Amino acid sequence: MLAYTIYLSFAGALVLAVLPRAGSQFARVFALLVAIAGLAVGLAGFISAGTGGAVAVADLAWIPGMGIHYTLAADGISRVLVLLTGLAAVAGILFSWTVSERTNEFFAFFLALIGGVYGVFLSVDLFLLFVFYEIAIVPKYFLIAIWGSTRREYGAMKLALYSFAGSAMVLIGLLAAYATAGAHTMDLHTLAAYPFPVSFQMWAFPLVFVGFAILAGMWPFHTWAPTGHVAAPTAASMLLAGVVMKLGAYGCLRVAMTLFPHGLDPWGFSLLGIGSWRTVFALFAVIGIVYGAAVALVQNDFKFVIGYSSVSHMGLVLLGLLTLTQIGIDGAVLQMFSHGVLAGLLFAVVGRIVYERTHTRDLNALSKLQLGRAMPFAAAVFVIAGMASMGLPGFSGFVAEIQVLIGAWYAFPWFAVVAGVGIVVGVAYTWRALQRVFFSDLPAVGPGGEDVPVPRYDPITWPEIAGVLLLAGSSLLIGVYPRLLLDVITPAVQALPHLLLTGGRP
Amino acid sequence: MSSVLTILTILPIIGAAVALFAGARARALAMVTSLAALAFALWIWLSIGFSGQMAFVERSAWVPALGIEYHLGADGLGGLMLLLAALVTYMAIDASKRVTARPGLYFALVLLLESGLFGTFTALNFFHWFLFWELSLIPAFFLIKLWGGEKRGPAATQFFVYTMVGSVALLLSFVALYVATGTMDFEELTRLAAWGILPGLIQTHLGPVALWLALGVLLGFAVKVPLMPFHTWLPATYSEAPTAVTMLLTGAMSKMGVYGLLRLALPIFGHEYAQIRTPLLVLAVLTVVAGAWAAAVQKDLKRIFAYSSVNHLGYCLLAIFAVAIPSPGGSDAALNLSQTAALDGVILQMFNHGLTAAAIFWFLTFLEERSGGDLRLDSFGGLRKPAPIFCGLMGIALFSSLGLPGLNGFVSEFLIFRGAFPLAWQAATVAVLGLLITAAVILTVIQRVFLGPLPEKWIAFPDLTRGEQLAVAPVLALMLLLGLAPNLILATVNPAVMHLLAGWRF
Repeated sequence: MLAYTIYLSFAGALVLAVLPRAGSQFARVFALLVAIAGLAVGLAGFISAGTGGAVAVADLAWIPGMGIHYTLAADGISRVLVLLTGLAAVAGILFSWTVSERTNEFFAFFLALIGGVYGVFLSVDLFLLFVFYEIAIVPKYFLIAIWGSTRREYGAMKLALYSFAGSAMVLIGLLAAYATAGAHTMDLHTLAAYPFPVSFQMWAFPLVFVGFAILAGMWPFHTWAPTGHVAAPTAASMLLAGVVMKLGAYGCLRVAMTLFPHGLDPWGFSLLGIGSWRTVFALFAVIGIVYGAAVALVQNDFKFVIGYSSVSHMGLVLLGLLTLTQIGIDGAVLQMFSHGVLAGLLFAVVGRIVYERTHTRDLNALSKLQLGRAMPFAAAVFVIAGMASMGLPGFSGFVAEIQVLIGAWYAFPWFAVVAGVGIVVGVAYTWRALQRVFFSDLPAVGPGGEDVPVPRYDPITWPEIAGVLLLAGSSLLIGVYPRLLLDVITPAVQALPHLLLTGGRP
Repeated sequence: MSSVLTILTILPIIGAAVALFAGARARALAMVTSLAALAFALWIWLSIGFSGQMAFVERSAWVPALGIEYHLGADGLGGLMLLLAALVTYMAIDASKRVTARPGLYFALVLLLESGLFGTFTALNFFHWFLFWELSLIPAFFLIKLWGGEKRGPAATQFFVYTMVGSVALLLSFVALYVATGTMDFEELTRLAAWGILPGLIQTHLGPVALWLALGVLLGFAVKVPLMPFHTWLPATYSEAPTAVTMLLTGAMSKMGVYGLLRLALPIFGHEYAQIRTPLLVLAVLTVVAGAWAAAVQKDLKRIFAYSSVNHLGYCLLAIFAVAIPSPGGSDAALNLSQTAALDGVILQMFNHGLTAAAIFWFLTFLEERSGGDLRLDSFGGLRKPAPIFCGLMGIALFSSLGLPGLNGFVSEFLIFRGAFPLAWQAATVAVLGLLITAAVILTVIQRVFLGPLPEKWIAFPDLTRGEQLAVAPVLALMLLLGLAPNLILATVNPAVMHLLAGWRF
């Protein structure tokens, strides 16, 4: 059943692409209906599978000569991420209600991107996974290059080049694995069962891991993320931060770590106290957490603040994965969901609700507009999203972060402390943005001492309210009752290769 | 199994949700909600019984992946704090007559804060305890930020940042404790500490960090109470907050810190605090004496009573640290008696100070209403002539704060000194200075405001209306009642204290 998420999205994209310039209203309503159908299918699949193991979705021979199958299946991790994709898709369309330029094409690209993302999360055959992964890159490029803003050509090109470089690394690793195993299959489970020589894993693992981690925004390969997020139109930023970065983290776990778990073993020697790829990448992740937060603290562009915060939050995901503990990986998967929802909400406030009314993202300019009074709705939403994003209990981010921190305490105690510092800086940058934009308290008087009235802006529209309710509600629901997702994630993580849950200990 | 405590905690949230949209009727609605909560809390407190055990216990699995239970309970300590929180919230709502800007939001935030207080005082698992701990912080911040005085912006930020740093320290410490023990349940952690297993577990899993974890927990509470030198946020916050909100801050929120020391810090890390008892006692004495001295040199009534609050809660800290004495082994009846007296005094003092401080700030709202916001000590004098009832009634509250026998404040301070003197006579002796300075401060206020020459502008100073008299009368009667019959409270507090002490190990 879950396969229909893919088909629906691509079919919707196709319809919008071939339709002669139908009205924009038709395009957006149609796209919304397609996305809602996808979400409904994802939700139905999520509920019907319950807390069980992987459910087979489809299995057909595709290129039999090469042993390539069209195999789709969904374990708990995939089901959670499919649900996230559905949420992000619906919210993204709700927040793109005002796109009026080439509307049909915009939503066609949007749905194609969503279809590719669904595909990645459901693929079991690695070739298929790679195909969907590539499919997702192209619409991303066009969404930014055509409908983007600040330095859009640069942002789009940088994003595409980074993505392709990452894919190339992944491809090399996968082909090498295919050749080494010689089993004429690209099936993930078959390949994962093959005992690759440790020396092979030692170079294949970092190659594939970094290839995927680029898209997850791992420091120092993160620089595409802030520029890309800023250049992208709102809906694309929401998708980029919300689900595309998750593709990277998902690939790290599902492909790199599952296929080559011995790549995480110690090298046998140590350099500056670092003795394995695992420590190297965990260090990168922790640097990303603190660095992303610190840079977000000094940005003057509202969207850059959120862009860098994504780098910081994705660092927590990667750190969680590398703890190699049940609790840490649980937390990482939950953080993927949580950040997907919250980054979407934050970009929606910045890009759609505030920017489209004020036409500025400069914090200094925004601080003079008395937005706390002029847009109480936006202020309230940003307060909620900001609180959730800084990891306040009651929202999804807290449950995820506390698990990652616990996992990190087991594996890298010092990194846990540093990550804690990152969380404090996270409080600070969210706070600073909140203060500057919505509660600056600047006296409302002009240069001549005259009173400046509270500016009036277009009223908040129903798609915005619906989108906010959808995303904020999800975060709150998971924050208060995390079992909804954790009960599904935990068994799926337990089913991962044993090596990944023992922290390298025998 | 009952869900009484959950219902009590949710009640204000429901009230808040309705008040948000009630517009001008928000205050009446909040008043009804808070009265219902007060009646409910009173009933709970009356039904706790005299066994010293937890009553109204609720337990159910919440996040099984983390082994976290939803665990609530109320004993003589928690139940009394529920009553105090409900009482102070009611007083604060009654005192918020002048809120005209966005009343819906204001009263919704006050009720949300009440819910955070209820949750904090009943939660027995760190996971949701922390949720409520933070939940109370957010409304307090916005109440200051949006309705405060002229310099509310920096004051609110300072308040938030200080408390947040303390919170992160708390969080990291408890995450570390979880890694060492696999539980976040206060009762289980207390048991591990009482059996002497906890230090060993921390040593094995984390290394020699027990003292650091103890300090992390202490920091969280030291900021909240506050313990000098972590008090610097307080004067600006108390004086910039709307006076009704200051009632909540000093009357109820400061008790969260003391409560945390009694419920979390001492039971779990008593052994560690016993090792650093001397420096802690020095800080507590500093808080008592310097707090009183700072109150003596202030010129603004709100600041005077802000520092006076620091001084009054300093006695609680003094007694708590004095109790943490390494026991010579075996049960020492005299030692045990002193510890019991000191803790009885602490808990009684929490209630009495909450009542008295909130009442004094309540009278300040009457004063500022009549003076147009002016609360400088210098601008008043001779009010006894035009407003004898106001002066007489406020005098009762002031003398209660001074510790006059026959009023509530005397009993608790006497018990604290009765207990602390045998345990730490040097500290207790120096702390007596604080009593003297406080007496001087209170008498100065009485002299400068009530007595002396009456300035021209206050000749027509309106006395308290009948309604105002009726509103404050029950609170003043309660002060008198508790001064004459402290056993009304001690009857439930004393068994709870004995039960607590039996489970602690220093």
